Amino acid sequence: MTDLQPLYLTFQLALVTTLVLLIVSLPLSYWLVHSRSRLKPVISTLVSMPLVLPPTVLGFYFLLAFSPGNAFGSFIDRWFGIQLVFSFGGLVLASVIYSLPFMVHPIQAGLAALPPSLNEASYVMGKSKWTTLWKVQLPNIKTSLLTGIVLAFAHTVGEFGVVLMIGGNIPGKTKVASIAIYDEVEALNYASANFYSIVLFVITFAILLLVYLINGGHLKQFWK
Amino acid sequence: MIYIDLHKKLETADGSMVLHMQTEVPKGSFVTLYGPSGAGKTSTLRMLAGLLKPDKGSLIVNDLSWYDATRNINLRPQKRQIGYVFQDYALFPHMSVRENLEYGHSAKGGISVDELLELMELGSLVNRKPKTLSGGQQQRVALARALAQQPEILLLDEPLAALDYKFRLKLQDYLYKVHREFNLTTIMVSHDISEITSLSDLVIVIDHGRIVRQGTPDKIFVNRQISGKFRFVGEVQKIEKQDIVYIVSVLVHSQLIKVVAQPSEMQGIDIGDMVMIASKAFNPIIYKID
Repeated sequence: MTDLQPLYLTFQLALVTTLVLLIVSLPLSYWLVHSRSRLKPVISTLVSMPLVLPPTVLGFYFLLAFSPGNAFGSFIDRWFGIQLVFSFGGLVLASVIYSLPFMVHPIQAGLAALPPSLNEASYVMGKSKWTTLWKVQLPNIKTSLLTGIVLAFAHTVGEFGVVLMIGGNIPGKTKVASIAIYDEVEALNYASANFYSIVLFVITFAILLLVYLINGGHLKQFWK
Repeated sequence: MIYIDLHKKLETADGSMVLHMQTEVPKGSFVTLYGPSGAGKTSTLRMLAGLLKPDKGSLIVNDLSWYDATRNINLRPQKRQIGYVFQDYALFPHMSVRENLEYGHSAKGGISVDELLELMELGSLVNRKPKTLSGGQQQRVALARALAQQPEILLLDEPLAALDYKFRLKLQDYLYKVHREFNLTTIMVSHDISEITSLSDLVIVIDHGRIVRQGTPDKIFVNRQISGKFRFVGEVQKIEKQDIVYIVSVLVHSQLIKVVAQPSEMQGIDIGDMVMIASKAFNPIIYKID
């Protein structure tokens, strides 16, 4: 019987990462759309870096930074009791940064595409920026939010290099499905590798298909 | 009374331009900003609403300072009690007509959302989303929504520009009605002279960011005092000379009207010119319209 733990861990990681990303990306996207700061190009670049950088590079620097042998790693270990290397917490943090552009870009594009007069109309009606964000902007970028959530989720499910570098291969703790597949293939255990692979394939296919159906309006008659 | 003295440097297609508005708008008046595009009309409205920060100057509304560069006062748009009808209407796409009105509806009493829906004849559309409405319907919703805040000042940015003449006439009536009924000070941007002459008390002509002239529509557009009771603005379509008079065909809204004119009156009038036809009402004929 194949161990289901890696699959369970994969989806747990993807879920937690997506939730954290949503919370982080909303203010970040809002800032990127509305700010006129000189820092904006720099922040935009940093957000997009995970798209082009090999995941191993990211993983390598995380490993260095979070290592208890280094200043930052030992600081958070001593003060917060958190060890980020080879732990689930570290995986979440690395995944959040690695999948950041997949959440930020759709939300940013959605917000930027809204006519400015919508916000202005709301302000003129006496509504605060906060109220306007919740009542006007977010409801009008539902499809962008959905795209961001799903892309971030699916991307985290498919992550390998970062996880391997920072998480290693600890069963039940950091051994996610993508690593388990690699592991099983190395052990010439093709049946298990195939099982993990097919589950990931089917689930990610189903999730992406659902998004395209919803965003394409094909499911409108069901969820009005 | 609104005292306006606002400066703003604007970047336009023809380079930068300094917008300087200095005027007074009496409470309860209907004012039109008139001028070529890019003259600074919309920017003026945006500065009044607090959506565009002026560079210097002051804005005093009913003895309250809304903007004062020297005292570093700049009231946020949220605090200004202004109704604003945007050129693109800016209706919230995810809300129904009723929800759009309710979103901005002021809790201070006065007119209810239902009364407004009825006034603007939107009763049958309450549950529709904006994108399913025609241009004229959207315009009515936008106007109703601006009124739901119960503002003292109503700003209209070319509200009727996108509509055909039939809707224009109807909406002009609405505008006039709400302006009177709600005791508003209304400032409108418009290019349409017939609209301006039938609605506004005061026209401010703007060109290149400056006020070049201001006065009553008659004074601005016809440059003389007209005592006629009936007045229409239209475009000259045809000029025919018959014996000693001219027969001039003028297109007023969609109707072609023929007017007899003396040669002396016709000086300087050509085909394509905008003209005003006025008549004293000494023998009007009245018909009931079914």
